[in-house]
Amino acid sequence: MKPAPFSYMRVKSLEEAFDLLEEYGDDARILSGGQSLMPTLNMRLSAPKVLIDINQIDGLSDIEVNNGKVTLGALVRHNQLISSDIVTKHLPLISKAVPHIAHHAIRNRGTIGGSIAFADPAAELPAVAKASGFIFTVKNRNEERKIEAEDFFLGLFETNLKETEILIAIEAPTLQQNEKTAFVELSRRQGDYAIIGLAAQSIVENSVFKNVRLAYFGAGDKPIMAKQAINLLEGKSYSEEVVLEAQKALEADLSPMDDLNGPPEMKMHLARVITARALADLIS
Amino acid sequence: MEKNVDINVTVNGQSVSRRVSARTNLVDFIRYELELTGSHVGCEHGVCGACTIRVDGNIVRGCLMLAAQVDGANVETIEGVSDGGEISDLQDEFLKRNALQCGFCTPGFLLTAQELLSENPNPSRDQIREFISGNYCRCTGYQAIVDAIETISIQRKPK
Repeated sequence: MKPAPFSYMRVKSLEEAFDLLEEYGDDARILSGGQSLMPTLNMRLSAPKVLIDINQIDGLSDIEVNNGKVTLGALVRHNQLISSDIVTKHLPLISKAVPHIAHHAIRNRGTIGGSIAFADPAAELPAVAKASGFIFTVKNRNEERKIEAEDFFLGLFETNLKETEILIAIEAPTLQQNEKTAFVELSRRQGDYAIIGLAAQSIVENSVFKNVRLAYFGAGDKPIMAKQAINLLEGKSYSEEVVLEAQKALEADLSPMDDLNGPPEMKMHLARVITARALADLIS
Repeated sequence: MEKNVDINVTVNGQSVSRRVSARTNLVDFIRYELELTGSHVGCEHGVCGACTIRVDGNIVRGCLMLAAQVDGANVETIEGVSDGGEISDLQDEFLKRNALQCGFCTPGFLLTAQELLSENPNPSRDQIREFISGNYCRCTGYQAIVDAIETISIQRKPK
């Protein structure tokens, strides 16, 4: 299908974008990579009056490492993440996750900021953001706010971003000593949205988990931190029994919905399977 | 509010200036306005890969970009890439191995394969399959397509 009519504004600066956001409010959408927005327009699931194209704003496509954190501009594209030495070295969870995002041609366009702000509950990067403790910089004309990933995702395609704000950067802490990452995703075909997936990060010393973070995607209306399973694993040494207990604890953490992939019971089963795989991977 | 946008864009080496409707996507612009019909329209939501086009040297989904967005860009379609001779070996090998039947998906596969070989001249069969996973073929299946790409990757290696 073709999208409903809209106006298109290409902006060269954030100030211009703020002007338009203030003028049009909820009638406007930010066009970043467009790889999720355009399908929703083409299928007329969404019909904004104005598209504000931010692709030509300078300074939003940089990747920098400084004082224990990597700063990623919101317009950094998925394939830029894959080819970045800084990301490969300091943010291995991103490196593991991005190849699962759609396909090469889409990764040439899609951006990290767009993926985060769109907040698809089955998308990879929002879960990675939670597991790795990213902090988002959002801005409107008057103020700049920092929002932790943990507080950013509110529900289905819903975030803490206000109508007049734009996500401009993502701060990601570099890995600490002995910190490990694991990423497991189940999908029917390469590049499909996940049936269910898990982004995991933990310090592992002598097989003991410390500061464990397990963020599931495709398991609810937003990326979900499995608090019970995390509490259970904290300070424990890896063993078959501990894995079983963590799997059991997931019952209290996750309540996946019925969808095209299958019933909630199937998703819970798969959640247990990927948890065991991720924990084994963290230890290896 | 302007629902039309003026663009200046280079398409297959020629500069083109047009006024386009804001909602016109890139592949429709290429097909209907420029009458270059080698790029095909399949799913219109980024799944099938039939509309693959190069923008500033990299492949994109022609249905997931607006024509308005290529102002100032260098666009290459299958017509330009084919006429330039860059992929003639791939085209010959697709033909030789029956890696196409109806041909609807073929322009997308060729541009995708060319990008793979330019980034990774020595891909494994698994890497080829992963890279073409965003292009659908509903006639031949993928075996012959993988064979053709693999053969060319070997042939192109400097002797």
